[in-house]
Amino acid sequence: MGAGHGHRLHFHGHSVVHRAPAHVKILLLLAFVLTVVATPRDWYPVFGGYLVLLLGVVVASRVPLRYLLPRMVLEVPFLVFAALIPFVAEGPRVVVPLIGGLDLSLSESGLVAAWGLAVKGTLGVLASLTLAATTEPTEVLRGLQRLRMPDLLVQIMTFMVRYLDVVAADLGRMITAMKSRGVDPRSPRHWPALARTLGALFVRSYERGERVHLAMLSRGYDGRLPESSAS
Amino acid sequence: MHVPDGFFDAPTSVATGVVAAAGVAVALRKARAELDDRTAPMAGLVAAFVFAGQMINFPVGAGTSGHLLGGALAAVLVGPWTGALCISVVLLVQALFMADGGLTALGTNITLMALVGAFVGYGVFRLALAVLPKRVGSVPVAAGLGALVSVPTAAAVFALLFAVGGTADVATGKVLAAMVGWHLVIGIGEAVVTALVVSAVITSRPDLVHGARGLAATRRPLLAEEVSA
Repeated sequence: MGAGHGHRLHFHGHSVVHRAPAHVKILLLLAFVLTVVATPRDWYPVFGGYLVLLLGVVVASRVPLRYLLPRMVLEVPFLVFAALIPFVAEGPRVVVPLIGGLDLSLSESGLVAAWGLAVKGTLGVLASLTLAATTEPTEVLRGLQRLRMPDLLVQIMTFMVRYLDVVAADLGRMITAMKSRGVDPRSPRHWPALARTLGALFVRSYERGERVHLAMLSRGYDGRLPESSAS
Repeated sequence: MHVPDGFFDAPTSVATGVVAAAGVAVALRKARAELDDRTAPMAGLVAAFVFAGQMINFPVGAGTSGHLLGGALAAVLVGPWTGALCISVVLLVQALFMADGGLTALGTNITLMALVGAFVGYGVFRLALAVLPKRVGSVPVAAGLGALVSVPTAAAVFALLFAVGGTADVATGKVLAAMVGWHLVIGIGEAVVTALVVSAVITSRPDLVHGARGLAATRRPLLAEEVSA
């Protein structure tokens, strides 16, 4: 794969974490998130330990925290969900007096549940971000291969990762063309135009797949990728 | 949209992981039977298309935005098995490369969005097609109905999973009502966009739409015939 397909999250570096073999990193990440999820949520100090461990890895990777933190916004919808739980959960309630004579009635078990969701989700996102920031996509794919993920699945992922930016850029150009003609792709009023764009994008992607397949056949593809193709 | 780590307890995460792995394994075999050695490039490109389609955000109020889930759309365009496989690959890539969706929740996400999304969508699509008049024009309508049902169904399965392995003590009825109600609204948007996209593809390349097979005049590309000969 040529240059220019570095993915959005990768942070170039040469630290110990960057150099560690991808399959080891994937296994460690899986072990870490499974442990976090399996930890009872009222073992409060243990989560502090997890955070210190994770931050230790982040520091060792030399990826600045201000690079990772803004990218954690993708868990915000679930934090909102977690924040709503104390209001709707069952069980005994605690009353928090607010200014202006209003009282806030919150479920005790709901508060604990919200804490559990927020802390486990946040640790998981930060850990996954660390993997994505320190590992090239091709390395992740090779790691999955070493972990014996079915070859066909790795191949499909390889093609998706390879053509992701191509297809996304294709869509980007179409959206630019739409906008320059006064169409707002987000507005339901212009959904028919957006849908025609997406339809065209599907046809283009499908036909690109057919061309890629023919090009591969002409180079001797027999259902397996040659060893070096993952690099 | 994607379930993060810690939302469901460990047994539920592992159980949905097993369901997802089995589903993906079967989908891999079925997709290979359908696409033979074209599977890797075709499924990869369709997955890239689904991912790109999900990048368009629609405002759904309260400062949040939603995007196309694409389960029913992919199932109608490329068939339920290949469709489910493509959505699974999208979720895998999002979890491993973009930290979108927890790694332990990957099984849950694949089960909900890829398996339930594609198969419920396709099932409803087939049912609707059996009832609607046998015309090409029925295909987008049926696809829209598939999307309309599949999104709240996935939300309902989420609520049921939450009742079994959720990590909060919220009455199941409340979660179910909130999730299904909210996703019914999302489902309407999904249905309209799905129907319009399917209709657009049928206009230009009816032979590419899996769900329109037997209804649209097939037009096989000449080149493919010559190469396989």
